[in-house]
Amino acid sequence: MQQKTFKVIADTGIHARPATLLVQASGKFDSEINLEYNGKKVNLKSIMGVMSLGVGKDAEITITAEGSDEKDALNTLEETLKKEGLAE
Amino acid sequence: MSTLLSGIAASNGIAIAKAYRLIEPELKVEKKSIENIAEETARFRAAVDMSKSELQHIREKAAKDLGEDKAAIFDAHLLVISDPELLGPIEDKIKSENVNAEIALKETADMFIMMFEQMDNEYMRERAADIRDVTKRLLAHLLGVQIPNPSMIAEEVIVISEDLTPSDTAQLNRQFVKGFTTNIGGRTSHSAIMARSMEIPAVVGTKEATKTIQNGDIVIVDGLNGQVHINPTPEIIEQYEKEAQAYEAQKAEWAKLVNEQTISKDGHHVELVANIGTPKDLEGVINNGGEGVGLYRTEFLYMGREQLPTEEEQFEAYKAVLEGLKGKPVVVRTLDIGGDKELPYLNLPKEMNPFLGYRAIRLCLDQQEIFRTQLRALLRASQYGDLKIMFPMIATLGEFRQAKAILEEEKQQLLANGVTVAEGIEVGIMVEIPSTAVMADTFAKEVDFFSIGTNDLIQYTMAADRMNERVSYLYQPYNPAILRLVKMVIDAAHKEGKWAGMCGEMAGDEIAIPVLLGLGLDEFSMSATSILRARSLISKLSKEEMEALSLSVLNLETNEDVQAAVEEAISKA
Repeated sequence: MQQKTFKVIADTGIHARPATLLVQASGKFDSEINLEYNGKKVNLKSIMGVMSLGVGKDAEITITAEGSDEKDALNTLEETLKKEGLAE
Repeated sequence: MSTLLSGIAASNGIAIAKAYRLIEPELKVEKKSIENIAEETARFRAAVDMSKSELQHIREKAAKDLGEDKAAIFDAHLLVISDPELLGPIEDKIKSENVNAEIALKETADMFIMMFEQMDNEYMRERAADIRDVTKRLLAHLLGVQIPNPSMIAEEVIVISEDLTPSDTAQLNRQFVKGFTTNIGGRTSHSAIMARSMEIPAVVGTKEATKTIQNGDIVIVDGLNGQVHINPTPEIIEQYEKEAQAYEAQKAEWAKLVNEQTISKDGHHVELVANIGTPKDLEGVINNGGEGVGLYRTEFLYMGREQLPTEEEQFEAYKAVLEGLKGKPVVVRTLDIGGDKELPYLNLPKEMNPFLGYRAIRLCLDQQEIFRTQLRALLRASQYGDLKIMFPMIATLGEFRQAKAILEEEKQQLLANGVTVAEGIEVGIMVEIPSTAVMADTFAKEVDFFSIGTNDLIQYTMAADRMNERVSYLYQPYNPAILRLVKMVIDAAHKEGKWAGMCGEMAGDEIAIPVLLGLGLDEFSMSATSILRARSLISKLSKEEMEALSLSVLNLETNEDVQAAVEEAISKA
């Protein structure tokens, strides 16, 4: 299993477009990918799951990936988060 | 059989085409127990696939026709329809409860919709609408029912609907939508304003268009007289084709005035300018001989998307408008959101009286980052033309001073960073709140111009919500109460050597124009399509005679009295 923690820096948090981007990116992998925030864990391939977390600015989030392409998945998500200025 | 409906003429012209009902079909779901689970699951998956490819298609079309930002809503829909947390439980339900896909979908989706609707965040509540939209599309495919996709219209049609919201109209294809008619609405409702800006005939407030008109019926929309003919006889069609030709001929006659100035019979010049919502409307302004833009409604930049437009996006839009008008004046109204125009992503709480609430300059002075971003974009664009900045919904002098001080701060900041900003940008206000009209003499010392926003001024003066049809009789533009306020504003401006314009519906109204000319209004801002007709009208009027007329109507008693007096005077002119 791969795991990494990030700090959200986008003003809007993980809403709207950022959430869309992350879910779109996760959907490309076979691994099981989860997003954990504030003690709650949701499927990162589920837009409704991600939105229901209500991740705001400055939140600490943990992404885990488990499966055949877990490394790739986590790298891609990290890249997306940084490229879009969402988290560090 | 030919049928006739009457409504409110909202946008001039005559259109004849097939009806296209933009109406939600009823999707009836019945609970059934099923025997073959594999078959039911496959049926569900097929509906998901069909809905997905349909959404893909709409998304691409929206991106191409309307821009990436407008297409984003369909990205959200695509994600919902691919969501494992939605699809999984539906398939589980089919298996564990032996129920049909429709009921499994509906019950699962309803649970999510309820969950999102109960969140205390407006943005999340809006997501419930996404789920509802997607569920509808899926259900329609399961039930084999067609749902309308306005962005997919590919032949000439007349759109029939209950009402048209901004998001409906954003999806309409200007090439094929020849006209529309709605059950509700009035001259100042969003649908009517949109029709005039799209330059297509429209009749609104017919009460029963959606009940009477079926898909494929031949419909005539007579936007001149407020009538809608359904399946007309060949004689009626012929008559209307003639009328349409006559209207075109009249328009051609007006078109000769396109490069003329607007001069009254006795040689007095006034400015006729246009109201616009997006850079796309510029073509209409130029084709109709607008002498500039008197109201650029910037809120359309903010609507129908998921987040605030960036400074850069705004800069590009403002620059396009200023350059497009080649040095003619452009009055840009800063963000006027609230009232009937909502921005879900701002997460504003629902209000009891949105028209009296947190809107326009009130919101901008409170959420200054939004305001400052817009002002920076405007200031940066100012070097590309003749920009004038106008603040909406000013109620007190303090608000104006604060807004102007913020503008000045942003300007100094830009200058310090070496950005070019035009010199002498005029800064004015909308006069749409009675307190400001009454205090116009004081305001006139500090503002560079006034623009009277009559739609709101009338609603606030008469205390009549303009969205409420039951009190629509109180929308009385010729009521002497309104005319006296207008006179106060114009006189106050002139006393300080400033100019006064008007950017509400009234400025393009054939009964109001003679009175406004007489009261000395300097600038008339209206739908682009009304400009040439107004220019033709003004060229036949003597300002001196209209001065006498306007002073006499101020002393009449009612809206109707004024209308009758003006009609009589004009018939003699």
